[in-house]
Amino acid sequence: MQDVENIKPCYPLFRNDDYKASIAAKREQFEENPGKAKVDEVFQWTTTKEYQDLNFQREALTVNPAKACQPLGSALCGLGFHKSLVYIHGSQGCVAYFRTYFNRHFKEPIAFIADSMTEDAAVFGGQKNIHEGLANATRLYGAEMIAMSTTCIAEVIGDDLNAFINNAKNEGYLDKDFPVPFAHTPSFVGSHVTGWDNMEEGILRYFTLNEMEGKAPGKNGKINIVPGFETYLGNYRVIKRMLKEMDVDYTFLCDPEEVLDTPCDGEFRMYAGGTTIPEIKDAPNAITTFLLQPQTLEKTKKFVENTWNHEVPKITIPMGVAGTDEFLMAVSQATGKAIPESLTKERGRLVDMMTDSHAWLHGKKMAIFGDPDFVYGMVGFMLELGIEPTHIVCHNGTKRWGKAVEKLLAESPYGVHGKVYVGCDLWHLRSLCFTDKPDFLIGNSYGKFIQRDTLHKGKEFEVPLIRLGFPIFDRHHLHRMTTMGYEGAMYILTTLVNAVLERLDDETRQMGVTDYNHDLVR
Amino acid sequence: MAKLRQCAIYGKGGIGKSTTTQNLVAALAESGKKVMIVGCDPKADSTRLILHSKAQSTVMHLAAEAGSVEDLELEDVMAVGFGGVKCVESGGPEPGVGCAGRGVITAINFLEEEGAYDEDLDFVFYDVLGDVVCGGFAMPIRENKAQEIYIVVSGEMMAMYAANNIAKGIVKYANSGGVRLAGLICNSRKTDREDELIEALAARLGSQMIHFVPRDNVVQHAEIRRMTVIEYDPTAKQADEYRALAQKIINNTKFVIPTPLEMEELEELLMEFGIMEQEDESIIGKTAAELAAEAAA
Repeated sequence: MQDVENIKPCYPLFRNDDYKASIAAKREQFEENPGKAKVDEVFQWTTTKEYQDLNFQREALTVNPAKACQPLGSALCGLGFHKSLVYIHGSQGCVAYFRTYFNRHFKEPIAFIADSMTEDAAVFGGQKNIHEGLANATRLYGAEMIAMSTTCIAEVIGDDLNAFINNAKNEGYLDKDFPVPFAHTPSFVGSHVTGWDNMEEGILRYFTLNEMEGKAPGKNGKINIVPGFETYLGNYRVIKRMLKEMDVDYTFLCDPEEVLDTPCDGEFRMYAGGTTIPEIKDAPNAITTFLLQPQTLEKTKKFVENTWNHEVPKITIPMGVAGTDEFLMAVSQATGKAIPESLTKERGRLVDMMTDSHAWLHGKKMAIFGDPDFVYGMVGFMLELGIEPTHIVCHNGTKRWGKAVEKLLAESPYGVHGKVYVGCDLWHLRSLCFTDKPDFLIGNSYGKFIQRDTLHKGKEFEVPLIRLGFPIFDRHHLHRMTTMGYEGAMYILTTLVNAVLERLDDETRQMGVTDYNHDLVR
Repeated sequence: MAKLRQCAIYGKGGIGKSTTTQNLVAALAESGKKVMIVGCDPKADSTRLILHSKAQSTVMHLAAEAGSVEDLELEDVMAVGFGGVKCVESGGPEPGVGCAGRGVITAINFLEEEGAYDEDLDFVFYDVLGDVVCGGFAMPIRENKAQEIYIVVSGEMMAMYAANNIAKGIVKYANSGGVRLAGLICNSRKTDREDELIEALAARLGSQMIHFVPRDNVVQHAEIRRMTVIEYDPTAKQADEYRALAQKIINNTKFVIPTPLEMEELEELLMEFGIMEQEDESIIGKTAAELAAEAAA
């Protein structure tokens, strides 16, 4: 039993004999337990090649998805604007899920509102919810704009946001000039990165489509930065720092860096920082627009090219040495500003670190899963480090994305073992980790279950997880780190090499057995 | 090039929307216009007369086969038929399952993203299922899509009820956007004073009867051969009727926010034309025995 004087969490509390007895009795009396032998037999079967072949024949079922749904992305996008309130037209539960998802990752309060569609709204349409929701939201929360998107329920019944918002304004539920940009974000299409792209396009469209008169590329001398679905706060900071060092003036078109990292000083900030409306309206006057995650920003790109007449630079995500070089050179070319000594020196430091760690990383086999641009950037940097990417899983990648990664792999001798799996989930990846064991697995927190399962087969089968990506729920503050630029590459390198060394210590710690390699100096 | 005009055709089920639309589109194509038909009905019978086919493969059917709509290309779903008319069917589920309205939304989004609305087009026609039953079937009249709505109607009571209901639906969208009622197309059922009646209804709605299409068996003869009259027998008198309708639509400028009738007004109108009898309030709720007793008294 729990002792008031010595409160224990579930672990190690459940190690006590009374809990052990209780759990055993529950299993005996209430669970249809086929017995340990049968469970072990099935477990072993799921680790075989035979099972993998069956697993890869799955057509309709997803097990442990490595992606989330569109409104999660649209909500993150909506957070990045000045005094912008994220409003999701749809059911309450969906929005609670988005809030907790970000709470758990950022360890911050997240203010999203829902208009709580229920059965009658599903039958009669959600216009009434939008009317009352907009009336309440504009009066209660001191927002200066509302970024509206949708959940499945509103999409299935075909609610028309444009018409409903206009009707709400015409009928006086909110001021006619209160900005309510919107995006339709059906959860059953695409993933969170699609939703981010849709919301961004909706916001840019809302504030600039009919206000293009007198605007032309280059008039304000700045560049625009579109971050995409970006959850490493350090990435916002590092891009800003590099541009500052280059003396380039910029506008981030979505910047949730402040609101996702508010200080604890006694004041609750529902809004903080963010791109302002005048900045958005001025964005067409920029020299051009840089898309930091260009493989998942199709709709935004189309709008920026067609309406703003920007020639969007053809770059890839600024990760690793080549990715960052490419970005900085493209910025330099667009603005005419030279790359300063400080960044050249930073690059040199990164290369120095890479050579220092090279002996430990060379030839290490690592599997990876995550969002398309992130995985693309990681694969590029792994090849630069001499790591061999093996299983490359991207649940929400497109065929075109898959081809791009394959091309990247073909350019390096370290890429020969790499195989790209588009549209596969973590249960597929689990099979791969059993049948063709990588040394490590890179991905978000959900990868820890693959580590547990592989360990269950035996220590020599264990695939340790290296936490890089989104979401990271089970380690603190990693969302504040940086993965872009030379600085980000340093963080990734440090994370990877220390994971390798920690594992080596772990394996060589047995006194008199393996400790001949339990070295002080690595 | 003139601006692309997008038109949606609504009307009661079975009124002849698809037949009228295809004959009208054939007439437009004959006069040199570039036209696309988008069938928004799970039955997928909006393009058969243009394509001479039983039923075109639909966007949703192909998407289900391919796994997802993102795996489709425009040329998979678009067929070209008589007079260079481009044809697409949204498709949808069998009756009784799933959500047909969502099929319409998915199909139209797909067409937009794939660039089906190219600059050469003069007209796009959406042939929409019976009534505007849910948000999905209103997709064709959302902002930046069809701005002109034509309602196919006849002198039958239920057809006029349906037309009035559709007008109510249009008002909802017209107040927030640019969608307008462009006219009623009377597809004759040879009821008494049909033309006058529909003109009167149109006037009450603040709109016009853009054309009276008489009944003619040649339409059925052509349909059996999966053809429009324009193609089957270009010299037929009925072909000229569709040509006249086409010209009127080309020249149409009367786009209004409709003023739908209250139920009483509509019934009055129907009574005025002898389609509905005055109700005898005194007999309501009385049994045969009671009426016999009253009669005996």
